Amino acid sequence: MSLVTGIMVGGIYALVALGWVLIYKCSGVLNLAMGELTLIGAYVTYAFHQIGVPFFFAVLLTLLVGIILGFLTERIFLDRLIGEPILTVIMVTVGLSFFFKGAAQFIWGSDTRVFTPPVFSIKPLKVGYLLISPVYLWSFVLAIILLLVFVAFFKYTRWGLSMQATADDETAALSLGVSARFVYAAAWAIAFMSAGVGGALLGNINGINISVSYLGLLVLPAVVLGGLNSVPGAIVGGILIGLLQNFAGTYLDQFFPGGVKEIAPFVFMVIFLLFKPYGLWGWERIERV
Amino acid sequence: MVQVGELKEGDTILKLEDVHMSFGKVAALAGISLEVKKGEIHSIIGPNGAGKTVMMNCINGLYKPQKGSIYYKGQKINHLRPYRRAELGISRTFQKLELFGGMSVLDNIRLGRHIHLKSGIVSGSIYVGKTRQEEIESRKFIEEEIIDLLEIESIRDQTAHMLPYGLQKRVELGRALALNPELLLLDEPLAGLNLEEVEDMARFILDINEEKRWRVTCILVEHDMGVVMDISHRVNVLNFGNQIMDGPPEEVQANPEVVKAYLGEEDLYSTRR
Repeated sequence: MSLVTGIMVGGIYALVALGWVLIYKCSGVLNLAMGELTLIGAYVTYAFHQIGVPFFFAVLLTLLVGIILGFLTERIFLDRLIGEPILTVIMVTVGLSFFFKGAAQFIWGSDTRVFTPPVFSIKPLKVGYLLISPVYLWSFVLAIILLLVFVAFFKYTRWGLSMQATADDETAALSLGVSARFVYAAAWAIAFMSAGVGGALLGNINGINISVSYLGLLVLPAVVLGGLNSVPGAIVGGILIGLLQNFAGTYLDQFFPGGVKEIAPFVFMVIFLLFKPYGLWGWERIERV
Repeated sequence: MVQVGELKEGDTILKLEDVHMSFGKVAALAGISLEVKKGEIHSIIGPNGAGKTVMMNCINGLYKPQKGSIYYKGQKINHLRPYRRAELGISRTFQKLELFGGMSVLDNIRLGRHIHLKSGIVSGSIYVGKTRQEEIESRKFIEEEIIDLLEIESIRDQTAHMLPYGLQKRVELGRALALNPELLLLDEPLAGLNLEEVEDMARFILDINEEKRWRVTCILVEHDMGVVMDISHRVNVLNFGNQIMDGPPEEVQANPEVVKAYLGEEDLYSTRR
């Protein structure tokens, strides 16, 4: 039971982790505002849902808003930082995270919002002898679909290739006619999109309040575990963290009551990194950061 | 495919007018003017720190000169970003290799074709019709022209950063050629190569410059005087951001000031051969 739930929640983590990896891959920046992107995604979907848009279309609209916000963020905050030291940009993402969090609270307040009427029925589905709540199932399916789309984009399109090129060597990419601005904007747009959908799904499970943004941090182990610049790594890492969390909740909670569930992934991450400092599939060049 | 058009052989393709570029108090370029004619191999020599690479970066758009103008085919390009200049037909290689290390040789070269693939993101993703046609043409161009020319058929699927240095340099040249450029900036293409590789590379540069298919104008920054004097049509000598002289190789070699600043007292050709 906790195996299945773990995998399903992990799918959502994987989505958010993917956004993280994409930005890192294209620009070498650790985007510390990832959790806030998730939060905003959740609220935007909620807002659309509240005015009567069916959930599925609300998610699509969230994707659209994600693109716009991604481009805006890049243009307003990050464009002038192209060529600046990476650390500067990372610090700016910390600033962005406060900004987004504040903006979200300003608009939607700090009460927990719940999707009403509930999008998914509460009655659990029976698969074999397992009971799965539909929220998890659909979240998982949606997450997997999006993951496949993003991975295909990265692997098979010209834009994907030029994004990889910019990540690898910005100077060379520029000299080959790749517009770095566009690439960064696209990366932020995609990050916003994947985080947004992750947030929307998560909002369905737990309700939406500021704590959704903690997901950003929770996903960090997933990203690091998979290797900071590996897309498949992010996916596997995400699912792994989902599993860990649930196993910890089920089996460890009785011995260490309290928030074992929350801490376990981090403990695991530290131990894991002792043995494999570059994550599962990361390039060894990671150390430069 | 973009073809070399308007300019005739011998017309000015690139013109620098009083270009200044300084970093803090160090003037890397102190008022450089020069003209490059279409069809030439135009070399720029000078001791380390003379401002050669800075000049390349200004032409290519990575640096923006504080003063002065750069004209490409009569059009002022100072304000254009590097990727726009690439679209105009200016391509380059780097002194320190800037290959996409994790990608295969073929992918590296294909990225150079990037700007010639016009179809949009949607059609580009689904690979039909026009996109397909473009893709086939581009593949033909890469396989038949570039890979053959540079003799890198055997390594096309290998990961770039695993290759020996000399071959990496060759791949970088291939990538620059994939843009189908009119003006090619070569920043020390021979540095770090062994004798045989130097000969190969010099031959490639001549091919690119002379063969009907290419006819690429080259700006060459290089320290190997033997090769420079052999293949250049024109040579510029820089020292500490100033131009010492500009002329055909024979004149440059004979100029006492140049010899003093850079070439040294010894015979020019003693470094190699």
